[in-house]
Amino acid sequence: MTSYLLETVKSKFPQHVLETHAFRGDETVMVKKEALPEVAAFLRDSLGFDFLMDLTAVDYLPREPRFELVCHFYSSRHNYRLRLKCPVEGNAPSVASLTPLWAGANWFEREVWDMFGIKFEGHPDLRRILMYDGFEGHPLRKDYPLKKRQPRIQHRD
Amino acid sequence: MGLETSFGHSYLTTRLDAAVNWARKYSFFNYPFVTACCGMEFMSAFASTYDIARFGAEYPRFSPRQADVLFVVGTVNEKLAPVLRRVYDQMCEPKWVVSFGVCATSGGFYDNYATVQGIDKIIPVDIYIPGCPPRPEAVLDALVKLQQKVDRESVLDRKYK
Amino acid sequence: MTNPPTDQQKNWTLEKLEDGRMALNMGPSHPAMHGIVRILLTVDGERVSDADIEIGYLHRGFEKTCETVTYNQCIPYTDRLNYVSPFINNAGFALAVEKLMGIETPARCQYIRVIMSEISRITDHLTCIGANAMELSAFTVYFYLINAREALYRLGDSAAGGRVTPAYARVGGLTRDLPPDFKRDTAEAFKILKKNLDDADKLLTRNRIFYDRLRGTGHISKEDAVALSFTGPALRSTGVPYDVRKASPYLVYDRFDFEVPVGSEGDNYDRYLVRMEEIRQSVRIVEQALAQLPDGPVNHPGYDVILPPKAEVYGGIEALMAHFKLTFEGVKPPKGEIYQAVEGGNGELGFYIVSDGTGNPWRLRVRPPCFSLTGGLANMIKGGYLADIVATFGQINMIGGELER
Repeated sequence: MTSYLLETVKSKFPQHVLETHAFRGDETVMVKKEALPEVAAFLRDSLGFDFLMDLTAVDYLPREPRFELVCHFYSSRHNYRLRLKCPVEGNAPSVASLTPLWAGANWFEREVWDMFGIKFEGHPDLRRILMYDGFEGHPLRKDYPLKKRQPRIQHRD
Repeated sequence: MGLETSFGHSYLTTRLDAAVNWARKYSFFNYPFVTACCGMEFMSAFASTYDIARFGAEYPRFSPRQADVLFVVGTVNEKLAPVLRRVYDQMCEPKWVVSFGVCATSGGFYDNYATVQGIDKIIPVDIYIPGCPPRPEAVLDALVKLQQKVDRESVLDRKYK
Repeated sequence: MTNPPTDQQKNWTLEKLEDGRMALNMGPSHPAMHGIVRILLTVDGERVSDADIEIGYLHRGFEKTCETVTYNQCIPYTDRLNYVSPFINNAGFALAVEKLMGIETPARCQYIRVIMSEISRITDHLTCIGANAMELSAFTVYFYLINAREALYRLGDSAAGGRVTPAYARVGGLTRDLPPDFKRDTAEAFKILKKNLDDADKLLTRNRIFYDRLRGTGHISKEDAVALSFTGPALRSTGVPYDVRKASPYLVYDRFDFEVPVGSEGDNYDRYLVRMEEIRQSVRIVEQALAQLPDGPVNHPGYDVILPPKAEVYGGIEALMAHFKLTFEGVKPPKGEIYQAVEGGNGELGFYIVSDGTGNPWRLRVRPPCFSLTGGLANMIKGGYLADIVATFGQINMIGGELER
């Protein structure tokens, strides 16, 4: 079972899969950035992963490529999970949007844009979601200082 | 009240302050500016077990123009700060502000890019209630403290804009 | 880095649009927006033709803050994610770190976590239904259900020392064992709960007004719900029987006999019924768990995971060192990344942790269930009446703490 899923993805996309591993039972596939929509569509249509449970990113600052986009899929039909990751370079990061495949990706991607500054090509409405207009920078990046505030109105003394 | 039978056609004299403050302190109309976890204890304080109605403050008004006491319940972040200021500005004098819980009081253990370190950076505050969240007993205690504070005020002190 | 152009300000003024529709602002400080959400509506008469939901008014930097503290110091922050069912967050986070470390807690600890999680779930549903009923003018029900919630808060208070924010779990165990009279207290609290719940049931379920306000409003189809990553009662109301407790049982959920209620219509009334039934199922789980509750320790034996007993800290160098290291550096999971899902009050609550081998998480991501639900809210209120937003928003059970973290 474990190897079956990873093997299927690997044999289907031998040129796109960079790495697979299973740590504590969590199966992970790392693919090239360009192949993300294609692999995700294959997971949904052929392997029965109907839920995009989560979509987020991780900043590994000194390393290059700096970011990793992390998607968690769940199949309610077969009751299994898969993590799909792709590296995203730090200079003008962008990646193709998954909104055409899952409507639920909309807000997840807006949050990743807001917090990490990763652009999603083809996203219908990419704007800040948790922070406000006029906020500069992306707070969950490792180089954003924890306590750097950007008040919208002047504070009293 | 039965008083009329003992007093008959007589009259009472009192100081203006005493009469006005007596009326004000037992009929707070509060505006619950509920943002976060503290709202759970705020609900408890207003429900049957703790029954804030005993102190004459059970009636929430969701229009700032009709409220006397602004309860800021929970964390206020930079995005919300202008909203809070606007709600406060819309309230008519006399008005009081209760900072409910440590987040509203000082930012609590949230000290980062998003949070405001206490609502007194935005608006003036009359009573602070510590606790994360404060227990309903603390809320009732704060309400009594606010009543005492109102009692000490003079109607001439308040600056009407 | 500049932001892409937004239409937030220029399109949304409170005025008549050119085609005769009205732009209307709801929130962020609005009686029906419990918590603080802003809905920018375009209405055509009483019908909602477009909605844009603006969140972020309770963003408190949870994820960034947790990168700077140790794993056990994250636990009080997790309390304040979904503050209506805090213990589920505690247990979920502790489970995630334990999975990362590859350790398992003793059976008694797992049972206690199940008991406290289910009590938390009941408080969550009680608050949701009570607040929803209050907003639909059934104020009496609110008092009944908050009364029941009060009994359960006292129970949590006796075990963990906190009503709303217990911080009861630790990585590898709990802060303390259950108090001696917990079984008896639970039985008494459940008596109050059952009575209040039955009263609320009689007042609401066949109430003509309540029924008409909820039936058929906030409808969402099965396909849309899945595509929008809905989970929890909102998903189950559409007929998809997905519950993490059944699908991938964590803790000891596989040892209990309980049902997962599902709806068929996917509207507010079904969500209400699902929640009512889930309360009863949670009561069943707690009763079974208390009957089966094994004796023994509640904490993992390893001193590299859990603080040693005080007597040993004061009397021996080994325990003293362990205490010192745990307090200053915290538990140190190996390098790696895991995702652990638990069934929260609103659906799948997931913790994704990336560890770099030090005492602080490199990245802690929470998959908040109501983030997806609020993201799908616009679909559910479009086409409906303005007044039905109140009912739908109440049944979504938006919790600011976990929505915006």
